[in-house]
Amino acid sequence: MAAVHDDHAHGHGHGHEHGHDDHAHGPPKGMMRWLTTTNHKDIGTMYLWFSFSMFIVGGLMAFGIRAELFQPGMQLMTPEFFNSLTTNHGLIMVFGAIMPAFVGFANWQVPMMIGAPDMAFARMNNWSFWLLPPAALLLVSAFFVPGGAGAGGWTFYPPLSVQMGMGMDMMIFAVHILGASSIMGSINIITTILNMRAPGMTLMKMPLFVWTWLITAYLLVLVMPVLAGTVTMLLTDRHFGTNFFNAAGGGDPIMFQHIFWFFGHPEVYIMILPAFGIISEILPTFSRKPLFGYSSMVYATASIAILSCIVWAHHMFTVGMPVTAQLFFMYATMLIAVPTGVKVFNWTATMWQGSMSFETPMLFAIGFIFLFTIGGFSGVVCAVIPVDIQVQETYYVIAHFHYVLVSGSLFALFGGVYYWLPKWTGHMYDESLGKLHFWLSMVFFNVTFFVQHFLGLAGMPRRVPDYALQFADFNMISSIGAFGFGLSQLVFLTVVVKCIRGGKKAEAKPWDGATTLEWDLPSPAPYHSWVTPPVVK
Amino acid sequence: MSHESSQTDNYYIPPPSTYPMIGSIALFFLGFGAAFSVNSLPIGKGLLAIGFSILFYMIFVWFRTVAQESEAGKFNKQVDMSFRWGMSWFIFTEVMFFAAFFGALYYMRVLSVPWLADLEHKILWPDFTGGWPTAGPGASEKFTPMGPWGLPAINTALLLTSGVTCTWAHWALKLNKRGQLNLSLFLTIALGITFLACQIYEYGHAYSELNLKLTSGAYGASFYMLTGFHGFHVTVGTIMLIVILCRCLSGHFTPEHHFGFEGVAWYWHFVDVVWLGLFIFVYLV
Repeated sequence: MAAVHDDHAHGHGHGHEHGHDDHAHGPPKGMMRWLTTTNHKDIGTMYLWFSFSMFIVGGLMAFGIRAELFQPGMQLMTPEFFNSLTTNHGLIMVFGAIMPAFVGFANWQVPMMIGAPDMAFARMNNWSFWLLPPAALLLVSAFFVPGGAGAGGWTFYPPLSVQMGMGMDMMIFAVHILGASSIMGSINIITTILNMRAPGMTLMKMPLFVWTWLITAYLLVLVMPVLAGTVTMLLTDRHFGTNFFNAAGGGDPIMFQHIFWFFGHPEVYIMILPAFGIISEILPTFSRKPLFGYSSMVYATASIAILSCIVWAHHMFTVGMPVTAQLFFMYATMLIAVPTGVKVFNWTATMWQGSMSFETPMLFAIGFIFLFTIGGFSGVVCAVIPVDIQVQETYYVIAHFHYVLVSGSLFALFGGVYYWLPKWTGHMYDESLGKLHFWLSMVFFNVTFFVQHFLGLAGMPRRVPDYALQFADFNMISSIGAFGFGLSQLVFLTVVVKCIRGGKKAEAKPWDGATTLEWDLPSPAPYHSWVTPPVVK
Repeated sequence: MSHESSQTDNYYIPPPSTYPMIGSIALFFLGFGAAFSVNSLPIGKGLLAIGFSILFYMIFVWFRTVAQESEAGKFNKQVDMSFRWGMSWFIFTEVMFFAAFFGALYYMRVLSVPWLADLEHKILWPDFTGGWPTAGPGASEKFTPMGPWGLPAINTALLLTSGVTCTWAHWALKLNKRGQLNLSLFLTIALGITFLACQIYEYGHAYSELNLKLTSGAYGASFYMLTGFHGFHVTVGTIMLIVILCRCLSGHFTPEHHFGFEGVAWYWHFVDVVWLGLFIFVYLV
């Protein structure tokens, strides 16, 4: 989101003469700048805009879902199309909106926060981004092929996913491409963080956002190839006669679920750990206190990442597995509440007796703590096997993961955008519009999803276009909330566009409590920053 | 690079490049081409061909550029370290890709096949006993499993030997013995190609004489997917070795600065180790 002025002064007295002969004349003009760039800020900007447009696409699908569910009975669409909407809403929000947004943050912030001139593999970095549009095209155009887009849920469960039409193949290949993009992106981030820190920045001096992304990137290289493997098996089962997920051939459809969730559970932490990082940057700044328990935050993040790899079967308690295995996965899942609790405690303690102020980023951070904690608690509820057997595949689960993904990941993203917009654009955003965006989002989010807890506990199944009359009131409330939440995001778009186009000039450090390296650079951050690395003491 | 002596002080950041864009166009054609081909749409094959052509072109010019940048001395120690981290984690992702298929093999052998033979399943498939190898309870055709001590054992020897010659090449490069370097690299490539030839022969033998096919249930699927992906990686590794040999012949690499060589050697050893896993768990036990 940047009008980056490359003619602007460079930070800390390093000028053009220092190497960088290839860049001395600035980037190419017009469209070619974006197509060919090797600049982490340009690429970060493209990631963020791509993610926002996918957020709109996925959001429109949610509108379709909530419009159909506004009243009982079949109103607007066929059940098949409804299923396509839920499936692709999930896929697009996960792979198209949330993940690229965090990679966009990593691109913008990691080099600036560790004092590096750019990402380690600047050219490959651009490829990681430009792989996303073809994948998005595959996902979206699947709606227009015979048989329609994949409609078996974003989790691709066989045997349904083995039986569907061409749309499913397009989903599979889209996931392959998205996986390649994520793998390249995460290798880039790991290498940048491990190899390009400024002199004196030891690992335990890194900003927490950088730490959380390092750990996230490890998770990505660990599990994305497994996803590629499992959708490849699905593809060969569909078209080349293998029997991985076919019991008659000695395989097992449940094996798909095990391999998928071996990817899928770490995946949810891939979407929340960088959010933890952003919150851990915002809270100390606006509390004007250092982060409470920095090292315990690092260890908690690592513990969550490690635990996330051994809890996958809690997504499938009802498919049948030995009781010993169920107990193991239940206890391991509950164990995650411990490091997560450490984090929530530390965030709260950071604010304790701080000199707090409540600008928009801080509002989103505090909103995050409240709502994410609710989502965390409902997660512990779902981890208890007897309860999970009741709420599996109901709206309770929908409510749970929207509390962690929307009011968790997405709120952190919003907070991060407001926090760093002055650095990216050189302008202050409109504070009152920002606050309006927060309060609208906060209220409508809860209107949408809080009632879904009740729907789920009362037994309303997910992924159905119609429901029993008893669920009508709560569904209507939820739909109204969803439309409100979606429309509120236009306020966000307005704030961002206004901020890029102009506004009060931002100082180098507009937040007086901020301490990380990017605030030592002028605002907007120069096109090339830290060509000569700063020395960290 | 002519005049700047300070060039290696700064981390090399490449100038704007069209290669990523070209690669994405390739993937666009490949994605749609693959989706259409597997559904037998006539246009699919054409799209795939276009996609692969663009992709190979992109890979060629991209790696040529990196080699030129390397020879021009643009990569300082820190860039070299980036390549090392990058290649290590890339190989790690490859390990995890194979882990998915090994995981599927173990799951079927240890869990799903025995389950299909237990008491509950007697109603469905009363005659199924659940031994390994199996094409599953619903299989109508019989097949003979691939034994380990014929061609697979020879293949193991071939790949292990190629690991030795690869290390010999590295040793020769470090001592600047270019003749030995070229010879040992050539031997490594020859061993790799021989391995692939044997593998192709083995597949032909399996299809025509053992009636062992991709469609032969759990055993056939895991056998062909694991050995097939491994064979694909050997192919890629062999192509990479050929590129390195060509670079050696045109005088690239010095005893101190040769990560291009080392990265490929790492990859080759990785392919070797995967084969050992295959030999033990697919062929032997």
